[in-house]
Amino acid sequence: MKDTNESRVTEDGRTIGGILMEMRNITLRFGGVVAIKDISFDIREGEIRAIIGPNGAGKSSMLNVISGFYHPQEGDVFFRGEKRPAMKPYQVANMGIARTFQNIALFEGMSVLDNIMTGRLTHMKSGMLAQAIWWGKAEREEIENRELVERVIDFLEIQAIRKTPVGRLPYGLKKRVELGRALASEPKLLLLDEPMAGMNVEEKEDMSRFILDVNDEFGTTIALIEHDMGVVMDLSDRVVVMDYGKKIGDGTPEEVRNNQDVIDAYLGVAHD
Amino acid sequence: MFYREAGDFNTSYKQDNQTFPIKFDRWRYYAVLAVAFGVVPFFINDYWANAVFVPFLIYTIAAIGLNILTGYCGQLSLGTGGFMAVGAYAVYKLMTAFPDVSIVIHVILAGGITAAVGVLFGLPSLRIKGFYLAVATLAAQFFLVWLFNRVPWFYNYSASGQISAPERTVVGVAVTGANTEAWAKYMISLVFVVACAWLARNLTRGTIGRKWMAIRDMDIAAEIIGVNPLTAKLSAFAVSSFFVGISGALFFSVYLGAVEVGEAFGIQKSFLVLFMIIIGGLGSIFGSFAGAAFLVLLPVLLKNTLVGGFGWATDLAAHFELVIVGGLIISFLIMEPHGLAQLWRVAKEKLRLWPFPH
Repeated sequence: MKDTNESRVTEDGRTIGGILMEMRNITLRFGGVVAIKDISFDIREGEIRAIIGPNGAGKSSMLNVISGFYHPQEGDVFFRGEKRPAMKPYQVANMGIARTFQNIALFEGMSVLDNIMTGRLTHMKSGMLAQAIWWGKAEREEIENRELVERVIDFLEIQAIRKTPVGRLPYGLKKRVELGRALASEPKLLLLDEPMAGMNVEEKEDMSRFILDVNDEFGTTIALIEHDMGVVMDLSDRVVVMDYGKKIGDGTPEEVRNNQDVIDAYLGVAHD
Repeated sequence: MFYREAGDFNTSYKQDNQTFPIKFDRWRYYAVLAVAFGVVPFFINDYWANAVFVPFLIYTIAAIGLNILTGYCGQLSLGTGGFMAVGAYAVYKLMTAFPDVSIVIHVILAGGITAAVGVLFGLPSLRIKGFYLAVATLAAQFFLVWLFNRVPWFYNYSASGQISAPERTVVGVAVTGANTEAWAKYMISLVFVVACAWLARNLTRGTIGRKWMAIRDMDIAAEIIGVNPLTAKLSAFAVSSFFVGISGALFFSVYLGAVEVGEAFGIQKSFLVLFMIIIGGLGSIFGSFAGAAFLVLLPVLLKNTLVGGFGWATDLAAHFELVIVGGLIISFLIMEPHGLAQLWRVAKEKLRLWPFPH
């Protein structure tokens, strides 16, 4: 960890800055089950960081620790150089961390537009009385945020379905809307839990393009969990590999690909 | 054919956010308002006011209130009757304590007091959900009715244990008490309904409404995107109880005039309002109107047909009425579980294309 705050420029011209988030010696237990065991890694500003590992490795638990849903028994989370105290998920959201879920967690009864508008909630501050009367600030704020949301809708190419209730949409579009909701909050760190799960090749290509564009155009830092190795190796700058709650590899895709522990974990070797 | 939106373009987000984005809808809404304010008051008589219009309007306010809590925020409540009682007793105490202050202010204050009580009984919602929360609100229902029965201070130590509304005027016209004319009762209820519906619509289309619906649809995801469940749920309880309290205050002071708490605000009232929003449509302001209209009008209509039309005995008709209303509710919910509001939406979708569906 010598070069903690040096920024560098990647081959394709993106700037990767200092450390945005650092997990230090995280241990998470559920009763007797150890889901995460003494894991440390960092996420740098502007990079795409992948977390991979076989099923049950503790990847989603890790994401839940980052988004404040689980509180680790040991270890600390540092965000922008400061230690983050134990927080409720909505407080974490207010710090600028947004996420999507492995199995879509959209608000089924609301339209696509309303769903993405909920992503702006952390930015909308007008009081209840102002909203009840719908005059001045409340309406102005609504329209300003609507403009930002429309930009996200354009970006994700879902203009045609903006008034459709989410419950009626097919799976691939729901995934896209969920990404839109996370993007609408203009997060500093975007967590994606299996963004390509259950998609066909074409949908995966679309989604990959959106992820790269988000990172490139908005400079959003992204941490993602994904099982499709091709996607992970192509998209990410650095990869953390987990197995049975432990970190077994960390580095660029090439380094990880050639790591013997990683190969063992994926191809199967008797665990001692 | 007669229902079209061709040539209706929205060029700003403000236009797109309108409650009635289609011009035809907008005009129909203005027409209904014009008839309600400009025509009905001149023709209304005591029978129509007491049997149909006033209960319909007052129940609509209660239904809007419960719809915010249950339909928009997803918190099931069986305490509506109790909260209406809070509104009624609050307005009674205020009316007798400060006779010089306008009744309109008293009714609004009664809503505010009910909101505070609602927040108090909403606290369990932070821990429990669904049917268990319903049971917790049931406790509110029974406790509040018991309280108003047992503590004489609430009914000013009257011998009968009842509360009765003294005469109060708005701009010189009596709206409560024995001398109130039908149109005055109707007008004050109408003004409150329109104001409440407007406030409820504004709240539900903005940030707060989206927070409520996010909690309703998936509370975990709502928290992850930054909704504080504490403030979202309690604000739903507060706003909902505010409307329910206003409805209770009007129900006592304008509609009934004299009230015995167990009879007027018992558990059956909670269920009645709950049925109204289920039949009308959860999560819809229009549904609150439709549900209240359905459950207020249907018994009146049935009674008139059975007794007036078929010449049945009154008691037979009264019993049979329950059977028919119950049967209709069941069959109706099987055919359209999302209520009258959904039926209305589907009809509108169809009418947009009719008679040229291609």
